[in-house]
Amino acid sequence: MVDPPISRGFKSRRQEQSPNSRIPPGQYVTTDFPVLSAGPTPQINVEDWNLSLQLGGSLLGKWTWAEFEALPQTTIRRDIHCVTKWSKLDTTWRGVTFDDLLKAAGLAQPPQPYVMAHCDGGYTTNVPVADLLGGKGMIATRYEGLPILPAHGGPARLLVPHLYFWKSAKWVRRLRFMERDDRGFWESLGYHNYGDPWKEQRYEGD
Amino acid sequence: MKAIEAAEAPRRRLEWQLAEVRRIVAETSRVKSINLYVKSWQGHLPGQHVDIRLTAEDGYQAQRSYSIASPPEDELLTLTVEEVTDGEVSPYLVGDLRAGDQFELRGPIGGYFVWTTEMDGPLSLMAGGSGIVPLMAMLRHRERRSARVPALLLYSSRSLEDVIYRQELDRMAHRDCMLCVVNTLTRKQPDGWKGPRGRIDKALLGKECFPPEKKPRIFVCGPTPFVEHVSSLLVELGHNPLTIKTERFGPSGV
Repeated sequence: MVDPPISRGFKSRRQEQSPNSRIPPGQYVTTDFPVLSAGPTPQINVEDWNLSLQLGGSLLGKWTWAEFEALPQTTIRRDIHCVTKWSKLDTTWRGVTFDDLLKAAGLAQPPQPYVMAHCDGGYTTNVPVADLLGGKGMIATRYEGLPILPAHGGPARLLVPHLYFWKSAKWVRRLRFMERDDRGFWESLGYHNYGDPWKEQRYEGD
Repeated sequence: MKAIEAAEAPRRRLEWQLAEVRRIVAETSRVKSINLYVKSWQGHLPGQHVDIRLTAEDGYQAQRSYSIASPPEDELLTLTVEEVTDGEVSPYLVGDLRAGDQFELRGPIGGYFVWTTEMDGPLSLMAGGSGIVPLMAMLRHRERRSARVPALLLYSSRSLEDVIYRQELDRMAHRDCMLCVVNTLTRKQPDGWKGPRGRIDKALLGKECFPPEKKPRIFVCGPTPFVEHVSSLLVELGHNPLTIKTERFGPSGV
């Protein structure tokens, strides 16, 4: 649409304008941390938790909570962007990078170019491996220095902060390598397959 | 683990379209329904939402999502908006918007939190405050289709004056013995109020809700603490988490 209609009387109520270079198009900054999930929040005991890396029918690696906690831990500070329009700046996460997970599984190279994340509650999301390598993706277990709350995906969530936040799947349990880029849960329901906030790839065709 | 069941959504680009305000109806002191004419609206499923985009005189734009309140059978598209204190978009929509005004809209969005009469039941709907809106689209759709699917609406509001669509819900339940509407009032009850008081608890859910053996389709919508509370109680009561679809809004409360 070339000329959007002007809403007279509507104006920005932003108290302080965050630098545009940090806010993707169509987003607004919140200091709160909204919760968006398609179902009830699962209550997961870390004693019953494990994480696995899967290729076809075989497991490339599997870690209990204690084993996972013994892997190299990395802390990152990133801005996060939810497709429902909120962005949150300078969030701090700690966990195991995808690079370190591959190393722990004894893999020099990722075996296939795509990953499907599978979660407690049945949620799935697909991510290209290239978007997880080089420190870009991790399995996070701490938020602002504390265990991630169940409503926010604890005990462990995938974190891919440069994509819309639905890709950062809560309650992640299994990463499955894929040869093809199959679609996950929201990606099958009209949301964008890749989800780059800077290109405003919210929905199919954006 | 079994994948979450989901309705397949059509895949095409969602273009921004012009929406023209035809009528504005005050539902409560803080909530208004906005009837919109959208020229080539492609239709929607009950429970879906739209994105709207407002443009200020200086070119500033803001986008927000709002649930659709109208059933697919209606000609106009209805959004019901609650004014959020210190909000940016909702105070404009509730306070300043007039019939004849235009803004941009695209949708429908979301293919999971939806129900149509082609899906079976029974239907258990749990609403907190303005969380009633997408559930109302389901109830209106059910009524337009004269569907006999047994349905329950358990609706938590602060006071009777805060109950959105009160008269319409009363009428609907009065006409239809397969529909049960239960209002619980959390802060203020009128004299002689015989309905439940306070927040939805396990006893109320156990009494009013279709039991797990009836395999109800459950939809819970409202502020985050409400949805967290009600959905975890439903799981405790033995409902399969995969049968509980949720939509949360507002601050996390944590």
